[in-house]
Amino acid sequence: MASSFVIRKNQYYDSVFLMSVNRRISEVKGVQQTAVLMGSPTNKQLLLDIGIHDNQIEAAQPNDLIVAVIAETSAIVENVLGRLDEWLEAIQENTLSLNVRTLEDGLSQKPNANLAVISVPGEYANREAKKALEAGLNVFLFSDNVSIEDELELKKFATQRGLLVMGPDCGTSLIGGVGIGFANAIRRGPIGVIGGAGTGLQEFTSQVHNAGSGISHAIGTGSHDLSEKIKGLTTLAALDALEADQQTSVIVIISKPPEASTLAALLERIKTCKKPVVGCILGVEPESVSGKPNFQPARTIDEAARLTVGLSIGQPAVPSGGLSPEMLAIIHEEKKGWSPEQKYLRGILAGGTFCYQSQQILGEAGFTVHSNSPIEAKNRLEHPDRSSEHTLVDMGEEFYMVGRPHPMIDGTMRRHRILAESHDPQVAVLYLDFILGYNASMDPVGELLDAILEAKRLSKQRGGSLTVVASVCGTEGDPQVLGLQMKLLQEADAMVFRSNALASTALCQLLGQR
Amino acid sequence: METSENKLLSGPVIAVNIGLKSFGTSLEQQGVEVVQVDWTPPAGGDQEMMDLLDELL
Repeated sequence: MASSFVIRKNQYYDSVFLMSVNRRISEVKGVQQTAVLMGSPTNKQLLLDIGIHDNQIEAAQPNDLIVAVIAETSAIVENVLGRLDEWLEAIQENTLSLNVRTLEDGLSQKPNANLAVISVPGEYANREAKKALEAGLNVFLFSDNVSIEDELELKKFATQRGLLVMGPDCGTSLIGGVGIGFANAIRRGPIGVIGGAGTGLQEFTSQVHNAGSGISHAIGTGSHDLSEKIKGLTTLAALDALEADQQTSVIVIISKPPEASTLAALLERIKTCKKPVVGCILGVEPESVSGKPNFQPARTIDEAARLTVGLSIGQPAVPSGGLSPEMLAIIHEEKKGWSPEQKYLRGILAGGTFCYQSQQILGEAGFTVHSNSPIEAKNRLEHPDRSSEHTLVDMGEEFYMVGRPHPMIDGTMRRHRILAESHDPQVAVLYLDFILGYNASMDPVGELLDAILEAKRLSKQRGGSLTVVASVCGTEGDPQVLGLQMKLLQEADAMVFRSNALASTALCQLLGQR
Repeated sequence: METSENKLLSGPVIAVNIGLKSFGTSLEQQGVEVVQVDWTPPAGGDQEMMDLLDELL
């Protein structure tokens, strides 16, 4: 085994670009491990963890590029590092340099800009967001690792100025039909959305689009907005904005569990809202918030979409399709193929909201599900990498994110986990979610296909049969095309659903009495 | 008086993208006016130097 590294001083690239270079290099024959990263303290620790250390690395700065390679022979290492410029140029987009280095430079090019989209590393994010707000811009803040104190300060400042701070840790928004961050191609329509659950917003807006309606605006709030400290400052500002917006006739709130007093204050504000409000507040029993004036609770994201589409055309909720008789027959057949020891579910998920909603639906049906992001603390996995009985893993959870790309952009981690689960003879059902849209992987199904087929092959070799359940979130207009991704899954003999809630209902049927 | 968020919602979105280039590219592909900031950590990422610069500016 041989290893070496190269440092390029003052050569900064963003994390998505570095991930693409990393992936290309790691595909070279004989390469065992690669690290293509900037010299931040966290990244230098990652290098140390894989056994790459040197005084030069220690001295590297956050704007210095470090490329490290571990390979079978020193010839391979030298070859890869010697061709570094080729790797960088192969991916570098031909962008016209306008010498725009700062927000101020950007504003001199576009003095009428109204939105700053900020995705710099967390430690610099607050500084950039503050500058943008001071310049009178609304902010979409994708970066996470912004402290709650900084978030509160940003949001208070924005509220005083009548500006919106979408984030921090905001994955998606749709403003006037424009998808920002991880968003799907959604037609415009009368439904306004507010939410701190990123994949939940994508699922809701895709459901509305696929039901034939559309979205006026979907305003992401960031995942901490309904906490006790932040008190829903962005949610309330978004509610004001959508109430005043002429395109919006119905408002929906999609959220993970809020803090109790924040929820109470939000419901109080909703009372006086001039437009009807639907809420899918995961983790809150709809019965506990039913009967509140001007508020219709929904149990699942699908139900919220059906209710809202109905309200927007002045009709009752579009009825749920549920599981078709054909699908129930397929489930019956699938179970017949299992060996006696096959009994457990393993869900390897990219969407945090999907992991939560699936746990909720399975829990209501009486199943105990373990997770690294459990609804109840007692069901927490001892280690995120080790499944136990029925398990749903949130692969976008913090543990998996240090120095690694999110599973929505890169399927490598999920592929490894599927292969790990494929060696467990007790696994009967593998559940996977696929999230399409701008900035997501261009072929999320294709990235996992070989692992899915290998898991099925191993199960068959043991005399059983692995049932693969998949849900796909997206639309036909997405760059990946919903129909094409679903077809790939169907060809791999997976049971394919157009929503996480429906897939979870199928899981309940599969895991029920044999 | 029209508030700023209403102005954003009544559009069109005109964006300054600071960070991941791919976010700017996807906005361009949707026909949005966007300027890409070629961002690097200020003061080479040195926090003390950044604080000093912020005070001076």
